[in-house]
Amino acid sequence: MMRARVAFSGAIHAATPDSTGGLRLTDGRHVTEAEVVWLPPFAVGTLIALGLNYADHAKELAFNAQEEPLAFLKGPGTLIGHRGTTRRPADVKFMHYECELAVIIGRRAHRVTRSAAMEHVAGYCIANDYAIRDYLENWYRPNLRVKNRDGGTVLGPWFVDASDVADPSNLGLRTFVNGKMIQQGNTRDLIFDIPYLIEYLSSFMSLAPGDVILTGTPEGVVNVMPGDEVACEIDGLGRLVNTIAADDAFGR
Amino acid sequence: MASTCTIPFDIAPFGLSGAVYGALVNHRTALVELGDEVARPPYNGAPRAPVLYVKPRNTLAASGDAVEIPAGMTDLELGACLGLVIGRPACNVSIAAAPDHIAGYLIVNDISVPHESFYRPSIRMKARDGFCPLGPAVVARGAIADPDALTIRTYVDGALVQVARTAELVRSTAMLLAHVTEFMTLAPGDVLAVGVAKPAPRVRAGQSVDIVIDGLGTLSNRFVAAPG
Repeated sequence: MMRARVAFSGAIHAATPDSTGGLRLTDGRHVTEAEVVWLPPFAVGTLIALGLNYADHAKELAFNAQEEPLAFLKGPGTLIGHRGTTRRPADVKFMHYECELAVIIGRRAHRVTRSAAMEHVAGYCIANDYAIRDYLENWYRPNLRVKNRDGGTVLGPWFVDASDVADPSNLGLRTFVNGKMIQQGNTRDLIFDIPYLIEYLSSFMSLAPGDVILTGTPEGVVNVMPGDEVACEIDGLGRLVNTIAADDAFGR
Repeated sequence: MASTCTIPFDIAPFGLSGAVYGALVNHRTALVELGDEVARPPYNGAPRAPVLYVKPRNTLAASGDAVEIPAGMTDLELGACLGLVIGRPACNVSIAAAPDHIAGYLIVNDISVPHESFYRPSIRMKARDGFCPLGPAVVARGAIADPDALTIRTYVDGALVQVARTAELVRSTAMLLAHVTEFMTLAPGDVLAVGVAKPAPRVRAGQSVDIVIDGLGTLSNRFVAAPG
């Protein structure tokens, strides 16, 4: 099942896809995709992100293979939903999207083994995890100024039940900038796969329902500019669209 | 374990959001401890912008809770520091306006597994269950004359092991809030821990820790060995 959380007509609703390409709200109304405000599709707990978790992207950024996942945490203020807007500060040279498979925890995970790890997954969604490379410094790199900016983490459009994703270790990812495909990869190329990440993380921190792991991005990241439309697709999870805006839209 | 962030307090926003951020190397003693390393690779100099980390919800604990020392480890680093509790949405605030966005203050114990490299994020060292006791209460901003003139005393089993002063912050409380909110909005109930003094005292299983800041009370936790 695919579920969205949307704001419409003065309230927040759960919604499912209808047969016409629109949405059916829980109360029975049918609405179009553009009539609603899309929110992140579930109540997000701890937000964990992986860096350099595809061999090709690590190579692109000139990093050697790691012994341990490069994991970092993000805060709730960075989240936005499908069709949202992300600010690009005027003074930066390199801001890029990152299309990622987001794994949503559904059951508390404390020291779970690799073999049991997938029982703790509730579902999946698409994440677009923006970064501004101009702000990289070599202290707890990448730091929050690079990776935790307001509006810098787009989640959605749908929460897709784990039971509807036959093989999360073989999903194609694609990113389109203004309709042109720029980034392409497959989750089969993850350096640390989903069971490994759940085993690793839960070995030192308890994961709870709503916690989410952004599993990293493949190669093919390019600079984006105000006005650009960025669309991330993952097989079976839909298409997550957002738009880059300049400072003036944010009163800066 | 990892019980709570539901510290009740009687000023807006009346509860914590659960989002807790810490500022790395924002106490002068932290840079002093690193010494010449700061100028060398990988750091290549002191940070230009605030360096932050998240203490996620599994780390949050209350005064009185027991904190587990993970199996195989002998001791942990204590991180006594002042926490700012945000009172209203803070986005791109000026230094002058920053204090108006603070509801109050509390004591934070930002516990870490000792680690020497600050090049990569260290969630395995800083985000373990119970590694962020907070409290014992949120004290309204008006009750503290100057957050940049507080003394933080850490006691292990009753013995004074560290005296830290917020006067020695690299970025003062207001400047830190201004510089952080340039790139990320803080929400009511978010906590910003403003920086830990070094060298950090250590604690072993069986010991008790009390952190005292005048006007903010005492944050007390026992440290226990993790069950096998």
